[in-house]
Amino acid sequence: MKNKSVHPPKWANRLLEWYCKPELFEDLQGDLYEYFERNLEAKGSRRARFNYVMDVLKFFKPYTVRKLEILGQLTQFIMFKNYFKTSIRSIGRNKLFSAINVFGLAISMSVCLLMITMFSEVKNYDRFHADHDRIHRVTNAQKYLNNEPNLFASTSILAGRRLKEEVPGLEAATIITRSFSADAKIGDNTFPFNAPWADNDFFKVFSFNLLRGDATAALSEPYSVILTDETAEKFFPGQDPMDQTILMNEQSYRVTGVVEKPPFNSHFKFSALISFSTYEQQQKQTEEDWWLNWHNMWSNYAYFKLDKNTTIDQVQARLTSIADDENSRQGQTKIFLSTQALTNIMSGPDLSNQLGESIGNEALWILGVLAFIVILSAGFNYTNLSIARSLRRAKEVGVRKVVGASKKQVFTQFTIEACIISVCSLILAYLLFFLLKPLFLNLSPEMQRSLKLEHEPIMLLYFLLFAIVVGISAGFIPSLFLSRLRAIQVLKDASTTRLFSKINLRKVLIVVQFTLSLAFIISASIANRQFKYALNFDLGFDTENVLNISLAGNDPYLTKAVFEQIPEITDISMSSHVLSTGNRYANQAKSEDGLDSATVYLSQIDHKYIPLMGHELLAGTNFVAKDRVEKEETVIVNETILNKFKLGTPEEAIGKVLKFGPTNSLIVQGVVKNFHYATLDSEIESFAFRHQPQNAQMLNLKIMSENIIDTRRKIEEAWLEFDEVHEFRGSFYDDRIEAAYSEFEVMFTVVGFLAFITITISALGLLGMGVYTAETRLKEISIRKVLGASEGSLIRLLSRGFMWLLLIASLIAIPSTYYLFDSVLLSDQAHRADIGVMELILGVMVIFVIGFTTIGSQTWKAAKSNPAQTLRSE
Amino acid sequence: MKGTNLGEFQELVLLTIGTLYPNAYGVGIKDEIRETTSRKVTLSTVHAALNRLEKKGLITSSFGEATKIRGGKRKRFFTITAYGLKTLQETRQQREQLWNAIPEQVFNVNWQV
Repeated sequence: MKNKSVHPPKWANRLLEWYCKPELFEDLQGDLYEYFERNLEAKGSRRARFNYVMDVLKFFKPYTVRKLEILGQLTQFIMFKNYFKTSIRSIGRNKLFSAINVFGLAISMSVCLLMITMFSEVKNYDRFHADHDRIHRVTNAQKYLNNEPNLFASTSILAGRRLKEEVPGLEAATIITRSFSADAKIGDNTFPFNAPWADNDFFKVFSFNLLRGDATAALSEPYSVILTDETAEKFFPGQDPMDQTILMNEQSYRVTGVVEKPPFNSHFKFSALISFSTYEQQQKQTEEDWWLNWHNMWSNYAYFKLDKNTTIDQVQARLTSIADDENSRQGQTKIFLSTQALTNIMSGPDLSNQLGESIGNEALWILGVLAFIVILSAGFNYTNLSIARSLRRAKEVGVRKVVGASKKQVFTQFTIEACIISVCSLILAYLLFFLLKPLFLNLSPEMQRSLKLEHEPIMLLYFLLFAIVVGISAGFIPSLFLSRLRAIQVLKDASTTRLFSKINLRKVLIVVQFTLSLAFIISASIANRQFKYALNFDLGFDTENVLNISLAGNDPYLTKAVFEQIPEITDISMSSHVLSTGNRYANQAKSEDGLDSATVYLSQIDHKYIPLMGHELLAGTNFVAKDRVEKEETVIVNETILNKFKLGTPEEAIGKVLKFGPTNSLIVQGVVKNFHYATLDSEIESFAFRHQPQNAQMLNLKIMSENIIDTRRKIEEAWLEFDEVHEFRGSFYDDRIEAAYSEFEVMFTVVGFLAFITITISALGLLGMGVYTAETRLKEISIRKVLGASEGSLIRLLSRGFMWLLLIASLIAIPSTYYLFDSVLLSDQAHRADIGVMELILGVMVIFVIGFTTIGSQTWKAAKSNPAQTLRSE
Repeated sequence: MKGTNLGEFQELVLLTIGTLYPNAYGVGIKDEIRETTSRKVTLSTVHAALNRLEKKGLITSSFGEATKIRGGKRKRFFTITAYGLKTLQETRQQREQLWNAIPEQVFNVNWQV
C-alpha cells in the first residue's frame, strides 16, 4: 500500500459532483473510487488517475445528469409577467395603501436624491487635476499650552519654504498667499481687482488650463499677473491681453499669461494670479520680518504634489520634525503641521481660514444620516402596511402554493411588487427633486457658491438602482413573511387573523418611526431656540441702527466726508472689520519685559468707534482724535488681556505697556468691558483696539431716522456718486450678525423640513394602520355596539394601543434627543441656550395631536357604522 | 410493456445480482460478470443497466454501512424484487419452451461437415 496517498484528480471529482444527480452521486463516486484503488495497485497511479477521469466522463449520461436548473429560473422569468400583472392589480385595488406608500416613499426619496447628487458632486471636487490623488496641502494646528488645538487650512510662508527646500520626494510644491486687493487701472478704466499671490510652481502642482503664456515662467518675475479668460475679456475687450500693462497702487504689472477660469468643482477659485515674488519683494522693502514668522499662518497655503514613490507618511514625518524644530524656539503657543489630501478638502474636517469652499464632513454626515432616517421611515411604512395588508393576500399565496409555487417564487413576487412601488415613487421623487433643489440651494449663499446639484445622465442609473435597493429592503420582511405562509393553514382557516396576531414587529416599527419624528421636532425647535438666543445675545455693545459700509479701498476720511452730508447719519466711525460676525484678525503681543507673549485679536479703529458702538470703559479714557500721520501711542484692551499679561485691575493696568510687533510699544489707555468680538461658539480671549484709522476698511454709520429703508437708499446713492467703480456694500449690523449665525438657521430649516416630512410619513403610516384596524375589527365593533358599547368607549378601545406606542416613542425620544444636544451637538458652543422643557413638551404634544387625529378619525368612522349593515352579510 | 422483455445484458446483470445476494453492488457485479462471461464490461454500462432495472422495478437498492475503502462512500446494495424474480422466471420459461421445441434432428446434425 505504498500508493496510499495518491488520490483521484480533484477536478474530476468536482466535475462529477457538478453534473451528477445528488441521489446517485455517493454510490457512483464510491464505485469509481474502489475501482481507482484497484487500478492503483495493478496499473500504477498515472494509469489509475487517467482511468478515473475517463470513467467520470463516461458516466456523463442522461440518467446521471441532474435536471438543468436554468429551467427553474426560466419559470421565474416567465412568471415575471404574471407577477407584474398581479402586482399592478393589487396596487390598483388598494388605492389608499398604494397612495400612502408611493407618496411617502416619493417624498423621502426626493430628499435622498438630493443627497446622492450632493455627495457625488462633492466627491468629484478637484478631480479634474491630473494626479489629484498625489496632491496634498499643509494644514496647521495651533495649540496654546494644553488647550484644544485650533485647526487651520492655512500655514506659514516659513513652513511652505521649508517644505519646498527640505522635504524630499516631492514633485512640486507651491505657496499661495491671499489676498491682494487693489484698483486696476487700464487706460481710462478702473476695475476692482482681487487675486492671490502664487509662486512659479503653481502650475506644476495644479493642472488649471493655462491658455496663453509659459507655465514654467509666467509667475517667476515680480509684478507678473495671470488673468483668467473671463477677467482678460473684461479688462481688455477685443485685445490681446498678453504683455499688456495694468496699473495697481502706482505699480505697473505685466500680464504674462491667460488661464482658463477655474471650473466650478475647484475648491478654490480665482479671477487672476499675481506672482509670489511680487509679495516677497514688497515685504522685503518693509524691513519687517513678520511675514516670515512661524506664527504668521493666517493667509498662506502650501500645496504639494508627491513623487510617485513617496508616501504621504514620509512627508508627514519630515513636516513633524520641521514643526518640532520651529516650536523649540517658540513660547507657549505651538504650531503643528499636518497634511490634507486635495480630494478631501471639500468633504474633509472643518478647518478655519479655508482658501476656498469646504462643506465639511460634519455637515455631510449630518445630512446623510438625516436623509437615511427619512427614507427609513418611509420604508417602515411600506413594511408595516404590507404586513397588515397581507391578511388579504394570504389566500392568494395559498392558491399559488397549491398550484406549485415555491417559497422563492412567492418571495420574488412580493419583492417585485415592492420594487414596482418604489420605482413609481422614484418618478414622483424625481419631479419633487427639481422642486426641492432650488429651495435647498437657497438655504445659504455658501451652498450656492459650492453646489450646483446638476446630475449627469449616469446619475439616473444610480437613482434607479437606489430605488430598486429601497424596494428590495422595504419589501424584504413582508415578502419573507408571505412566502413562509403554509398553504393548508391559510386556505383552511377562514379567519387568518390568528396568523398575524403575534407580530410585534409592526409595533416596534411604529415606535421607531415616531421616536425619529419626535427627535426631529425637538431638534428643530432646539436649533431655532439656539439661533434666537445667538441673535438676542448681549454682545457687550450696541449694534442697533448701525450700517457698516465697506470702503472698497477708498480713503476713509474722504468717504466719511461724503456721508457727513446726510442728516440722518448722526455719527460715523472707522474700523478695520466688523466684529462679532466670525472674522478675526490676530497678532502676537508681548509684555513690556518681553517674557509673556500671547495671541491678541485686534480691531483697528478711530476715536469715534468706542462711543458709537456703546462699549463700556471700565477704566481709562477713549482714544483722542489724531491725524492720520500722527504716531500710534496708545491701545485699549479688554479684561481678559489683563489676566494674561498680569496687568492687575483695570485701574492698575492704565499706563502699562504692551508690545505689538518689534516696533510698537503701546501704552494702555483704556480697558473695555469684555464683549463678544467673535461668534458665540468661542470664548472671549485677549483683544485689543488699535488706534489706526488709516487702516480702516469699514465705515460704521449710526443712523437716526424714521424711515430706515429710505435713508439706506440715500446712502447708497451718495456712494454711487462718490465711487463709480465699486458696488455699494453696506449692511446693517444686526443683519450681519444674523448672517453669521446662518448655520443655525440653515440647520433649523433643514431639520424642520425633514421633521415635517417624517411626521407626514409617519402620520400616513398611522392612518394606514388605523384604516386596517378599523376594517379588520369592524365585526367586533359592531357586535360590541349591539351589546351596548358606547361610541366613546369604542374609540378608546381602538386607539388605546396606538396611544401606548406613541407614549413609548416619546419616552425614548425625549431623553435621547436631550442627551444628543446637551452632550454632543451643542457641547462645543461656549455660549448656548438651555434646552427648555417647552421644546420637549411641544414635540410630544404635536405628535399626540397628529396621532390622535389620524387614529381617532378612523376609529370614529368604524364606531359610527351601523351594526346592522356590517353584521347582515355573514 | 417495456419491462416484460429483458435485454440480454440486463438479464445477465439481474442474474448476477441473484448470485451475489445479498452483497451485490456496482463494482462487485461488474467483476462477477467479467469472470463468468469473460466479457469486457465497463462500470458505466453496468450502472446504466442497474439504473434501468431499478426504474422498471425489477430490483431495489439500499445503502450499506460506510467503510474506509471507497473514499468513505457507502455501497449501494441491489436485491431482486418479487417482480424481478417473476420476470426472470418468465424469461427462463420462454427459453425453456423454445429449447424444448427444437427438433431432435437439429442436435444430431453433424456440424463438422
